[in-house]
Amino acid sequence: MATKSKSTKKAPSKASKAEMLKYYRDMLLIRRFEEKAGQLYGMGKIAGFCHLYIGQEAVVTGMQSCLKEGDQIITGYRDHGHMLACEMDPKGVMAELTGRSGGYSKGKGGSMHMFSKEKNFYGGHGIVGAQVPIGTGLGFANKYRGTDNVAVAYFGDGAANQGQVYEAFNMASLWDLPVVYVIENNMYAMGTSVARHASETELFKRGISFEIEGEEVDGMDVLSVREAGEKAVKYARSGKGPYILEMKTYRYRGHSMSDPAKYRKREEVDDIRSHHDPIEGLKGQILEHGHATEDELKDIDKEIKAIVKEAADFSLESPEPDPSELWTDVLKDVEVA
Amino acid sequence: MSVDILMPALSPTMEEGTLSKWLKKEGDTISSGDVIAEIETDKATMEVEAVDEGTLAKILVPEGTEGVKVNAVIAVLAEEGEDADSVEAKGDAASADAKENAPSSDKEESSDDSESKTEEAEAPKAKVLNDPSIPEGTSFTDTTVRDALRDAMAEEMRRDESVFVMGEEVAEYQGAYKVTRELLQEFGSRRVVDTPITEHGFAGLGVGAAFAGLKPIVEFMTFNFAMQAIDQIINSAGKTLYMSGGQMGCPIVFRGPNGAASRVGAQHSQDYSAWYGHVPGLKVVAPYDAADAKGLLKAAIRDPNPVVFLEHELLYGNSFPVPDLEDHVLPIGKAAIKREGTDVTLVAHSRMVGFALEAANILAEQGIDAEVIDLRTIRPLDTDTVVESVKKTNRIVCCEEGWRFFGVGAEIAATVTAEAFDYLDAPPARVHQKDVPLPYAANLEAMSLPDADDIVAAARKVCYVD
Repeated sequence: MATKSKSTKKAPSKASKAEMLKYYRDMLLIRRFEEKAGQLYGMGKIAGFCHLYIGQEAVVTGMQSCLKEGDQIITGYRDHGHMLACEMDPKGVMAELTGRSGGYSKGKGGSMHMFSKEKNFYGGHGIVGAQVPIGTGLGFANKYRGTDNVAVAYFGDGAANQGQVYEAFNMASLWDLPVVYVIENNMYAMGTSVARHASETELFKRGISFEIEGEEVDGMDVLSVREAGEKAVKYARSGKGPYILEMKTYRYRGHSMSDPAKYRKREEVDDIRSHHDPIEGLKGQILEHGHATEDELKDIDKEIKAIVKEAADFSLESPEPDPSELWTDVLKDVEVA
Repeated sequence: MSVDILMPALSPTMEEGTLSKWLKKEGDTISSGDVIAEIETDKATMEVEAVDEGTLAKILVPEGTEGVKVNAVIAVLAEEGEDADSVEAKGDAASADAKENAPSSDKEESSDDSESKTEEAEAPKAKVLNDPSIPEGTSFTDTTVRDALRDAMAEEMRRDESVFVMGEEVAEYQGAYKVTRELLQEFGSRRVVDTPITEHGFAGLGVGAAFAGLKPIVEFMTFNFAMQAIDQIINSAGKTLYMSGGQMGCPIVFRGPNGAASRVGAQHSQDYSAWYGHVPGLKVVAPYDAADAKGLLKAAIRDPNPVVFLEHELLYGNSFPVPDLEDHVLPIGKAAIKREGTDVTLVAHSRMVGFALEAANILAEQGIDAEVIDLRTIRPLDTDTVVESVKKTNRIVCCEEGWRFFGVGAEIAATVTAEAFDYLDAPPARVHQKDVPLPYAANLEAMSLPDADDIVAAARKVCYVD
């Protein structure tokens, strides 16, 4: 059994120019998409619950770079970033947020309930922690079928206290299921800080009783995420069983749109934003290595802005679902043999 | 291009608020994410963050203004390279009308709504086939319900490699109630999976496997323990097809003994028919005899939807004739008339069907000819068969082992009253468990549970013979 300790601090492996620019672009798309979603929420175009991923972009972007065709992704309700990282169409995601027929769930799921079988994105789950046993079941199916695919199950520091998470850990380890558990520790479960909700605040240790390897990762640095992700995915893919990665990250916005943010200080948010922002951090490295000029990065910004604008326009132009949709998709038709 | 900054809504119900403070002034450079203002509602004070970048060209609503409508233009941002002095608001601050931007409360759209409401208010009924006819000359073998269920699983596992069974003690122990007897020997530990005692976990794991296209049979040692897993059954298995706009499927069977066992007390003895029957997106099956148990379990395993399959511990050892057919599959959603009669309809499911048949024999001796309907499926409920029967008998007794309140009998009584009101010669009667947790003491347990005598009494009452 390897040590279940924090990964040693060292510079993460080098990434190529093309890779770095791709991560920059992918993270920026999530950032701008979420800002637009927040704006549309403010305008009353998006309703209900809307949990933004701003600040956490490096986690899903870095993890996604470690996956191959057929690997599955599942997460909780803060799911917009994961969908974009899976290359789901921003138009379809935004139109689901506005509850329109052009949305991924034809407007019937909303922000927390979106899926794409084609992109192997299994949701989008609104019940905190429920995605963890389900994601474990995706891994079970991979093993049952004898594929070498890996399921990645994301959940937050809040969900890490749910009982079913440990039920899933136990079975995954017992049966050596190919699952990577990614704990996105953004420091707050809604408004309750990790120190106030977790008896063991080093969440990567939560697998110790189940003999699951765990590692703490700088979730604000996409290259650190990638390096840890590659190791974990390789481990799971090789049939050794599950792996836990605790991504130390931070959300800039409230838990949801109606969060009064009384539980943390503005200075804390500003400090992380100014010193640890995943996009600014990567931008600095890109410029330092001469992979792109400021102007070239600005062109990427413009391109992303256009994609997001197109998504927003589509989400507002797409009609509401036809009334007949009320009754569809409750049950599948049974084929008569 | 200048950008209008609008008064944001902080919740879907917010209509207006107070712009309490500007944190930026005209001429300031703004990056996305900067806090530019504070607004107050009756519930909270919130910060407004900039979405776009540029220079704050004009503030249109001064701080301290109360009653600012959501979506009113409060400031204008000049984008890079634009002259901040010359920008104009595209929307008019004073007359900015929140309604213009509201998603679905427009007059035009609400007229669409009223049109849609005049459309069918009930879910369209799916057509359910009748039972396939059993060819003449087919032989029958007396089989216990336990073995019929086992045979159904074994046949489906032979037929489809993606079917597997998992649960507590299903493999090495051969099933806590021996329903999975010898499956491990035939199919091996890959397809007959002993789980830890972890209902919530393995129910969720099964759902994930089903999302991925496998066909899990998840056995609960009893459905009482499935309450630990009810979130995964309802929220994950039952709703995902709808929430995904039809993309995802969850072909899974949750099965195990349901209802009162014998002398095991309140926590181990309850009927979940009404609980699961309440939920759109699930199918719920509760057979009585061995032939139905076999035919319906095979159908449940093949069904592309999540099926809650409620068995009865006290029926496992009962034998019934099962047709010797290669592939005995019955339609889910179809009730069966187990005894024809003309005077009163007795509707029951699971173990209560036995009591209803017993009651019908007693009633026959008293000159009352009862028709007995076995619902077999709780959802979708075959109300057509029940209503047709009531049109003939004009009287109905709804029998169930569960509690009365919001129960299966309540649903049937309401349906019959709505659809066959003019045919009823008496109000529908209900037979059910007493409204208490099931007691342990033998005498109290017997008093609490319904039996044939209760059904006889209720039938005589609706026939006005007492």
